[in-house]
Amino acid sequence: MKHKASPLNKKFWTPGVLVMLVFMAAGTVSIVARFTGGIGYVTNLSNARPWGLWVGVDVATGVALAAGGFTTAALAHIFGRHYYEPITRPALLTAVLGYTFVVLGLLVDIGRSWAIWKPIFYWNTNSVLFEVAMCVMVYLNVLYLEFFPIIAEQFKGKVRLPGLLSPLNSLVEGILKIGDAILGKTMWIFIILGVVLSCMHQSSLGSLMLVAPTKLHPLWYTPILPLLFLTSAFAVGYPMVVFETTLATTSFKLDDEMNILSPLTKITIFLLGIYMFLKLGDMFYRGTYVYLLDGTHQTNSFIIELLFGVMIPWVMLLFEKVRKSRRGIFTAAALIVGGVVLNRINVFIVGYKPPLAENTYFPAPGEILVTLGLIATLMFIYRFAVTFLPVLQESKEVSL
Amino acid sequence: MKLTRRTFFKFMGVAGVSATGLAPAAHAWESKAPPDPYGCLVDLTRCVGCRKCEEACSTVNKLPAPERPNCQCTIFEKKRRPDDKAFTVVNRYFTGRLDEFDKPLPTFAKVQCMHCQDPACVSACIVGALSKDETGAVHYDVNKCIGCRYCMVACPFEIPAYEYRDPITPRVRKCTFCYDRIKKDGGLPGCVTICPTEALTFGRRETVLTLAHKRLKENPGKYIQQVYGEKEVGGTSWLYISSVPFDQVNLPVLPETPSPKLSETLQHSLFSYLWSPIALFGVLGVFMAKSNKAKDNHPQHKGGA
Repeated sequence: MKHKASPLNKKFWTPGVLVMLVFMAAGTVSIVARFTGGIGYVTNLSNARPWGLWVGVDVATGVALAAGGFTTAALAHIFGRHYYEPITRPALLTAVLGYTFVVLGLLVDIGRSWAIWKPIFYWNTNSVLFEVAMCVMVYLNVLYLEFFPIIAEQFKGKVRLPGLLSPLNSLVEGILKIGDAILGKTMWIFIILGVVLSCMHQSSLGSLMLVAPTKLHPLWYTPILPLLFLTSAFAVGYPMVVFETTLATTSFKLDDEMNILSPLTKITIFLLGIYMFLKLGDMFYRGTYVYLLDGTHQTNSFIIELLFGVMIPWVMLLFEKVRKSRRGIFTAAALIVGGVVLNRINVFIVGYKPPLAENTYFPAPGEILVTLGLIATLMFIYRFAVTFLPVLQESKEVSL
Repeated sequence: MKLTRRTFFKFMGVAGVSATGLAPAAHAWESKAPPDPYGCLVDLTRCVGCRKCEEACSTVNKLPAPERPNCQCTIFEKKRRPDDKAFTVVNRYFTGRLDEFDKPLPTFAKVQCMHCQDPACVSACIVGALSKDETGAVHYDVNKCIGCRYCMVACPFEIPAYEYRDPITPRVRKCTFCYDRIKKDGGLPGCVTICPTEALTFGRRETVLTLAHKRLKENPGKYIQQVYGEKEVGGTSWLYISSVPFDQVNLPVLPETPSPKLSETLQHSLFSYLWSPIALFGVLGVFMAKSNKAKDNHPQHKGGA
């Protein structure tokens, strides 16, 4: 089967899109409230609980779930499995959007949003967060460069800007042409760089909590936390591709691409296996299994994460019958994605317990609305992009 | 996505040399504490809970007056924490000690930034807005701060507070150790100047630490035989001695390892001179060159990683 991505000629305004608009509007209201009344006005954050839903989900989980971008690029372009090229574009789009929204989420969360550029000039190389920020910043630009050829492919030679902008036609045309030519020669650098930067900050996100040994529950606090974050990012990359490709192909009624997704899940057995081995090994080595039956909500959250997010989907994927079934791989992939989401929430929110102040945290409605609004906007732009840019595989059906 | 063999080897030569040449010998982590910092000893057996230190702190640091400044009774019914409007607060604890009439005896404990020798907040701060200066004070520079609040996550004493109600220019707020007063000869922190019972003793950390041990030695029955802050998270500028266990007055049990040690060791052994990213770049480059060579016989796929 030849790889040919193309814009989908489908209706854009569907009821689903309108639902997204509602969430986007609600999120906007909440963001306006945050920038008029302060972070304390819309969140339940406190001096004891400085990080909540926005860091745990919008930032940490967003980065983890965008791992499909670098894992598929590594597979298809670096390790030469060109068979998987059709999935690299949707995975890249997810990564581009994922990281863009990580930065948008950060802009809402940090107190002085207008000062977000300061780490470029004020360096603290002891700070794990400094390294994460630098990597994310460079990687976001790398992702945009990797995405540039897709835009060039669609518009090169046919730039027709409307009305007043039409004098710019030849300029835009030139940028597309030259940019595409330069990137055609140098893309290999950015592909490798993207993987390197991803390995760096995916692991360092785990190192963030190492500075607070007395605050993170021992079930999660381990010196190998960065390694667990890295291996779980490796493990969640392909399941995330399976998850979203299945959703997209169902929603747009496209070819289900089982011939590509099914073998991907076979690689996942190996990658998720490494993560599971490390996670279980760490628990037994440090003896933290003693907490498992204490019945606290933290322990229960850990058990759900490990059981439903790692062990059950791993066992499921061992069966060829599951790997050959669309419903089977979707279920397993959804569990793995859910497991990594819960892991990041556990490390940054559930497992974080400041010992001194009496404090419980549950996200305020305002926080939840911002997060949902950002996710809805991301899905909206994803849908917009695949409708008008060559990202997904051409439908096998005859388009109208 | 074209990688000719020539450009590839040119690049790999550079990467390889820099990776092997710069790979650092794993440096052991070293404390960055200043050589002769100031310290302050809090003797909880002397504190009577008058809360004058709160008042002095507010005046010196131009903060709003303390909550009900003259109240020495009902104010203690709730446990208070330092916040963005109060850098120090005094709490009352009943730990089961009784006086001669079997009435419960209170213990009062002042709490403020401990000014750690190797502060987690300083290590964590993304822009270096927090720094440990030569007086021992942990200093906050609002002009660098971006408001990420990682310092608050990192602090083992839960001290830094945030101006959550300021939408655009919120600050991290905490005890300054009155550094612009103590850096002058004979200067004292606001709270120390006013304490009527000499529960607070300011001086060089070494000196007040010796004084603390002297008091423990001379009154073995009176004190718990430990100076809190001597070894906790590698040592703090503020030191406490007490007749009741420290965890009963909300001073947390902490390891002796400085909080930043693990993450800094990890970061520097992995990333100094970026040796590991450069090496990884090289390894992946080799794989890519190989797979591209194999692909040369097939039609090229273009762009769009």
